[in-house]
Parts: sequence; structure tokens; C-alpha cells
Amino acid sequence: MKRQLPLIIIFVCGIFMVFQYFIPHENSEFIYEFAALDWPPIIGVFALTLGIISLVRVSAAKISKRDEDWQYSIVTLIGLAMMIIAGLPWFGGQTSPAVKWQFDFIMRPIIATIFSLLSFFIASAAYRAFRARSVLASILLISAVIVMIRFMPLGPFTDIVSRTADWVLNVPNLAAKRAIIIGVGLGIISTALKVVLGVERSYLGRD
Amino acid sequence: MKLAEKMFAIDRRWVYLALGLAVLISLKIPFSIPIPISKEARNIYNFIDTLKAGDAVHLAIDYDPSTLAELHPMTLSILKQCFEKKIKVVVTALHQNGPAMAAAALDTAAARHAARSGEQMKNGVDYVFLGYKPYPALIILGMGQNYRIPFPTDYFNVPIDSLPMMKHIQNYDDVKAILNVSGTSATDYWISYGNGRYKVPLAIGVTGVMATDYYPYWQTGQIFGILGGLKGAAEYETLVGTPGKAVQGMKVQMVAHLIIIVFIIIGNIGYFAQRKKREQSA
Repeated sequence: MKRQLPLIIIFVCGIFMVFQYFIPHENSEFIYEFAALDWPPIIGVFALTLGIISLVRVSAAKISKRDEDWQYSIVTLIGLAMMIIAGLPWFGGQTSPAVKWQFDFIMRPIIATIFSLLSFFIASAAYRAFRARSVLASILLISAVIVMIRFMPLGPFTDIVSRTADWVLNVPNLAAKRAIIIGVGLGIISTALKVVLGVERSYLGRD
Repeated sequence: MKLAEKMFAIDRRWVYLALGLAVLISLKIPFSIPIPISKEARNIYNFIDTLKAGDAVHLAIDYDPSTLAELHPMTLSILKQCFEKKIKVVVTALHQNGPAMAAAALDTAAARHAARSGEQMKNGVDYVFLGYKPYPALIILGMGQNYRIPFPTDYFNVPIDSLPMMKHIQNYDDVKAILNVSGTSATDYWISYGNGRYKVPLAIGVTGVMATDYYPYWQTGQIFGILGGLKGAAEYETLVGTPGKAVQGMKVQMVAHLIIIVFIIIGNIGYFAQRKKREQSA
């Protein structure tokens, strides 16, 4: 029963979602509203609680043992507490000025800065990786340069560079992308069918 | 060390320094580059331009500060066009950091509109901000049935039935299009479920690295327009007549690309010189 019950739940939910998608009847919509829209957030809240408990336990253990870089765990816990407290209903909930302040002046600059640093790594990686070692590598290199210079004002060459870049993006690039999308789509369908029909059971674990 | 060897193995810190200086200098030097308008961007502009005052569109803001530089100017330009044409805007955020982006964009766009025209845009009347809900696929399907199912209240906890703008908006049938500005996989869900299931016209604004992923959908007509990366944002700023940060950023991006190309050329000269040397010694 320990293995059969999850398989039955997955089968029923999977089949329901497939049929619900294609049957826009009000009864189907009512069940969808109850089953698909109400349940996931409830499950999500429990998952979130487990995540927070886990984070607090791991961070507290690291601090108490004075593990390497334990000071960062203090910052983690303070950040966690600050955001939770600021978002409590007594302080105005998600629209409170405290939440907005923390987002605008702490999270926003941190996230934007970390992402901005990527440009430096990309520049360094491009310098080291884009070498014309073979015919294929040369094609990649030339394509990359054409796509990069397509915005540049190059006088009489502007139009031809722009058209060539568009051709690179719209023909060979799209052919590959389309093949990947169709392949991924077929893979998703087959995996979903295997999970719904109980052929794929690795998500249940070994116990 | 000979010049060729130096060119082959430049310390990465020199690359960082050159790129940093190029960005800073190009920001300070006033010059402009032409922004040619693509068909994908013009389609979105023309679509909104042909709507009547009082029509509604759904603006889905699904990005966070990491993609702010590319996507925020798109959002602001789209909001400017909608506000000027008196088009109602239903705003949602299906990324956990999206609500702050959406709130900031609405505040900025409303303030700029007030400064330009003296007209105050009001939440619930001219636009509605529904806020954030997790599980984008489920929420997109839910809104297709009725906005009230996933969002009984708006971002400010006001019941959406009490908002004047929402009286005539039940689901996607009552909006002319969905405009998804996204730095996440939420775009896939909008294509699969918003357009696929409910056939609502969809246009997207995505980051530069994401844009090529979505061109197949544009070619098949599943989306009627794409704004791709900073270029897309600059195109839309140009179309709505307010060149801003994206247009300014294009010149910086161009110079940064130029620096990268220079380093690629230097690296290849060093590589070929070394290869020739190895062949001669063998």
C-alpha cells in the first residue's frame, strides 16, 4: 500500500489534468478550481515551512560549531528574520514600507550586481574559448562575431552585416531550436506518460 | 615572453579592466547609434496603437532585478503607450520577485504620465495590479476561467469585484492581448496555456539570451511580437518616442561587444602564432 497509494494518486491526478485541459465544462472547471488551484499552494506552504526549518537548523549548527565561514550563516538568519518580520500583517504585509525598503535597497542591488558581473566572465570566457581550432569552431566564431557586430554602425557594410546576422538567427539557429523544442516536447510527453502509468517510479525512492 | 605568447595568455584581469573602462567611458561620452526597428517590435507597437480607448490588455511582469536593465525599459515603454491611449492594463507577477518590479514600474509610469499630461492614473480605474501567486501554469489556466479564481483580491488586498475596471473583465476573453515581459520560464507557460489553451493573442519581451528560444513561436504565429533583450527595449523606447535607458545602454553594449571582439581577435592571433611555432619546431 505504501507504494500503491502514491501510484494511484499520480494516476488519478494525471488523467484528471489531461481530461480537464480538453473539457472546458463548468463542472470540470469547478473541480480544477478546487483540486488544482487550492491544493498546490497548501502543499507549497508545508514545503516552505520544511525549507525554513531546514535552513535554520543547518545555519544554527554551523554557527554553534564555528564551521568555516560561520559568520555568513548569521547574516542568513538575520536576513530571513528581517524579511519575515517585515512581511507580517501587523507591519503591513507584503506591501509594507519595510518589505519595500529591504527589496529596493538590499535585494535589488545585490541581485543586479551579481548578474552584472556575468558580463566580465563572459568576456574572459569568449577570449579564451573562441579559438579557430577547427572548421566547426571557426564557423561558430564567425557567426558569433557577425551577431555581435550587427548593431554597430559600419557604414556601407551595416545593411549586409545586419541581413547576414538575421539569416544566422532565423535559419540555422531556428532550425536547431525547433528540433530541440520538438525533441524536448516529445520527451516530456513520454516521461509524463511513464509517470502517470506507473512505469517510471524512481520518484518514489527505494524504500 | 614573446608578443604572440602574451597575446595567447592575457591575464583575465586585463580583460575585466578593459571591459570595465569601456563601459564607463562609453557611458560618459555622448554619442548615439541608429536603432533600426524590427518587424517583431513594430507588430507589438501597431497592435496596441490600433486598440480603442477603454480596451484592456494583460501585462504579465515576470522578472526580477537580475534582468532589470533589459526588461524594465520594455515594461515602462509599454505602460506609457497604454496610458497615453487610455488602454486599461491588468498587471500580474508570476515570479516571486516580480511584484516589486511591477509595483515600481507602475509607480514610475504613472508618475511620468502625470508629469507629461497632468492626468493621474488610478489603481482599479486605469490599471489593476493583481499581485503574485505561485505555480504559474496553474494560475495562467485559472485566470483563463476567471481572474477571480486565483486573484479574489488585488495586490493591496482589495476585492477585485469592488474595482471599477474589473467589472467588465472576467477572463482572457475580455482582454485584447497578453504582453508578457519575462526573464523566466513563465513565458513557456504563457505560450502553452495562455495562447495554446485559450487562444489569447500573446506578445513577449524577453532577455537577449532567451530571445532566440522564442523565435520558432513567432514564425508559427503563436506569438505576434517579440522584444528581444536590450535591443528590443531600445526599439520600443524609440517607437513610443521616449529614448531612455535602453537606447543609452545600446551604445554601451555595442562598445562592450567591440572590446570582446578585439580580445577574440588577439587570442586567435596568439593561437595561430603559437601553432605555427609548434609546427616549425616539430
